[in-house]
Order: sequence, then C-alpha cells, then structure tokens
Amino acid sequence: MNAKLQVRVTEVEALNPLIKRFRFVPRDGGLLPAFSGGAHVVVEMEDHGTRRMNPYSLSSDPEDRTGYEVTVRRDDAGRGGSLYMHNHVAVGTEMVISHPVNLFPLDGRAKKHLFLAGGIGITPFKAMIHQLGHIGAKWELHYASRNPGLCAYGDLLRGPVQFYYDDDKSFIPLKDLLARQPLGTHVYCCGPKGMLAWVRATAAELGLAEHAVHFEEFTAPQPGAPFDVDLVRSGRRIHVPAHQSLLEAMEAAGVDAPYLCRGGACGQCECDVVTLDGQIDHRDHWLAPTDHKTKIMPCVSRFAGRALAIDR
Amino acid sequence: MKDATMSLPPSILSRPVYGVLAPRPGLAHLVIADGAGAGAVADLFAADPGIAGRAHVLYTPGPDGGDDWAVIEALGAAQAQRAASVPTLLFRLARVLLDAKAGTQCYLAGSEGLIGQAERDLMAQGVPHQDIQKEHRGSTVRRVQCVHCKGITEAVRTDPFVCSHCGLSLYVRDHYSRRLAAFQGVCIDAEEPGNIPPAVEKFA
Ligand code: FES
Repeated sequence: MNAKLQVRVTEVEALNPLIKRFRFVPRDGGLLPAFSGGAHVVVEMEDHGTRRMNPYSLSSDPEDRTGYEVTVRRDDAGRGGSLYMHNHVAVGTEMVISHPVNLFPLDGRAKKHLFLAGGIGITPFKAMIHQLGHIGAKWELHYASRNPGLCAYGDLLRGPVQFYYDDDKSFIPLKDLLARQPLGTHVYCCGPKGMLAWVRATAAELGLAEHAVHFEEFTAPQPGAPFDVDLVRSGRRIHVPAHQSLLEAMEAAGVDAPYLCRGGACGQCECDVVTLDGQIDHRDHWLAPTDHKTKIMPCVSRFAGRALAIDR
Repeated sequence: MKDATMSLPPSILSRPVYGVLAPRPGLAHLVIADGAGAGAVADLFAADPGIAGRAHVLYTPGPDGGDDWAVIEALGAAQAQRAASVPTLLFRLARVLLDAKAGTQCYLAGSEGLIGQAERDLMAQGVPHQDIQKEHRGSTVRRVQCVHCKGITEAVRTDPFVCSHCGLSLYVRDHYSRRLAAFQGVCIDAEEPGNIPPAVEKFA
C-alpha cells in the first residue's frame, strides 16, 4: 500500500483558459487501484529543484480503472503546483502519484444526494455523479461558476443540473433549495471558503442534520512568512521558506514524516508541540481548539514567534 | 443529566447512552415520546417557546401503561397525535416521514424500546443517528432479540427470561443493535442444558 503509483500522462485538455484536464495511466499497463467518488491523489512534481506534492480530486468515472483524471485550475497567486501542472506537464510526462484516499465520500445512507459546486469544486462531484449513475441513486447538482466559459464540464453534465453564473448575477437560491429538500437528503459542498461558510451557516440555521452536510475541506497549503522549527526527535533545526509547508520542509531535509491528504483534513500528520514561544497559525480542519497549544498539523499550518520545537 | 438517565449504569460501548433534549433551530420539530417521556417534551417546549408552533408530536403510553397524554395535549403543539401503541405510532411516523423536509429536528423521549424503534425508522430515512436527540425517561424494560431464533420479545423485565418465540432461556446482554433497535439475548444453558439460574427482576 505504501508503494506509489508510476503513471504516464496520456491526455491533456484545456477545458477553458484556466482549467486543464489530465489523464494518468499506469506506465506498465494494467489497471489502477479502485477508488470512490470524492477521492483524491497526491501528485508529485519535481519543480526545478523544489519538490511539490499537491492533492487533486479525481474527476473521472470510478468504474474506469484504466486511468485516473484530475482537473486543475491554474492559480497564478499560488505556490506553483498548479502552474507546474499547466506549464510543464504534457502528454508523455512520467509522474508519480499516491494511492487514492477518500476524505469526502458519498454517504450511502442518504435518500438523496444534493451537490453544491463552486468553480473548480465541480471535480469530486463529476466522479460522484458517474458513481451514482451506475447504482441509480437520486442526486441533484447546483453548480456556480463565473460564466459559461469557465464552467468546466458544463457541456458534459447531464441530468438534474442547474447552472449559476456570477457574471449574470445568478446565485444558488440556497435557503429555498435546502428548505425544500426531503428529510434524509445529504448535502455535499465543494468550492471556495466563503461558499463553504455560507452553506454551513445556512444549513445550521434551517436545522439540517449536522452529519448530513458534508464539506470538501482540504485545500492546498497556502504560502506565509518563513520560520524555523526544531525537530526534537531528529535533533535538527530546519528553515521553512515562504512557499514551502513545514511538512515539505521536513521532507526536503530527509526527515520521515507521515501524511495522507496534505491539506489539513485527515489528521495523519499530527505532531506534538514540545516548546512554543509564539503563535501557531492553525490552518487545518482537524485539531480541536483545545489542542491548539499542544499540537500542530505540519501539512498546512505555520508559525510566527521566537521558538517552536516539535516531536519529530 | 437527569436522574432517569443516571439510573442506567455505565456499560460497554454498544449500550446506548441518552442525553437531555435541547432546542435546536429547525423549520419543523418532530417529537416522538411514550409514557414518562411526556415530561421531557414539556421541558423541551418550556426551554424554547418557539418550538410548539412548528412541532408535530406523536405520543403513546409507556410500556408500564403510564399515560401522560394530558401533558402533551396542554403543550399547544401545531400537531399532536396519540397512538394506541408503539406499532400504531410507528405506522403514523412512516406517513409523517413521507412529507418531512430536511430542516426537521428529531427528538425522542421515553422508554428505550420506543426511542430505539423511532431512531431505526429515522435512520432508514437517511437521518444520521448522531443528530437525533434522545432522552430516556421512565421504564427501563428492554426490547430483546433472541440471537438463536431472531424473534424479538418486548418489555423484558427479568434476566434471564424466556424467549416469547422459541422458548429458550436467554441471558440479556448490554450489547445493542441500532439497526434492530434491540438488545441481544443469548441462550443461558447452552453448555449445561437445564442449568438455568433463577430469573432476577432487573428492568422495571
Ligand atoms: S496530512 Fe492530512 S492533515 Fe496533514
């Protein structure tokens, strides 16, 4: 299970000026491991001396094990992973990806699945819709994007799909939409932070069951001010530059550190804090506020202050 | 926690634990109770006077015959119905669930048998069990499934007891199935047929 997947890129398609679709197939032929809608893989990139490992949701049909597809939006202000995918990955590029991990699965108990997508947040839903199509379950998709030109897969999505475009000032009528769902509906939301917060607050206000509202929480790590960390068990002090995460800095220093999602959602990379003189900038969705003085999630969180030592 | 809840001793992980009903925001409030559960419903309505106007209460007397329908009737719920028994209450619940909307808060109060069966039906509807509020009040008699013949005996008071379907003497475990809404009963004299300890009144 630890072995990574050796793949080759066989298709690169520009869906629109910002979004590209990539297809990976196993280099040695055969089938890839099975996955379920909502799963992601970590894609490794050797970006001119910097090792990038970005999580991307799988957007292809889970029944198709001859290849995986990811859909990547170019983020010009990001740390460079999406730019690398857009500018340097082409048909024939050999890459290494992780096994699929699903932190955003469908809930099989649902009577109906209601998907709320914002922009590139469509990616996990595309796979889920394929999956539900095979078993004939009830679903509905509400998909908001800036305009029809940036609405990835808009032409391919068939069935109970409603589109909304910011440029037309058309927005998901969230309150009415949630209020008219039958009891037993599970809601899934993937999109920008503001959308997640809006859906979370509206669902709570209307009294939707908390565990029937699901969020794609993991996000690629964001840059921040550089800092230094003492790794107590390894007996080393490392520097974390602005465009690297603490996890990536540990990996670059040859320190073995566990991870799964690299996006602050799974809990796998959790580290005990040994010394803290300063402020940890907790950017994960894992730790409870009561853990904020004693633990850190190195895949996304950062630090500012005089000293941070962790048990790694 | 209320005394009624404290009277259930600590046990294994699969033994259900109950809380105290607390008002939550909701477009509708579905309240299901039996017997002494009426007191928990009254406390809930008192904690948030806004609930009554959007509440649908389904009530039936408890397994001990206790009938506090008058308490429920006085609460001024938008809808309140008294069913003659748990099975007829569940029949009515099935009808209510056909039209229920996602913003419905679910509250269950009273005996474990009623709470468990209403929870099972809500779960089958797709409602996550963690979001269904449950408060135990009154009777502690158990609904037990015989692991041998699969028959369910209601309102079990003693341990061991005789399965009402196959006649085996069953030891009442704390092991509980949320899917069946029942505790597990296991043959007590399987190793030494006939060696059956005297029945002890454990649940009342
Ligand atoms: S790797 Fe998943 S939370 Fe850090």
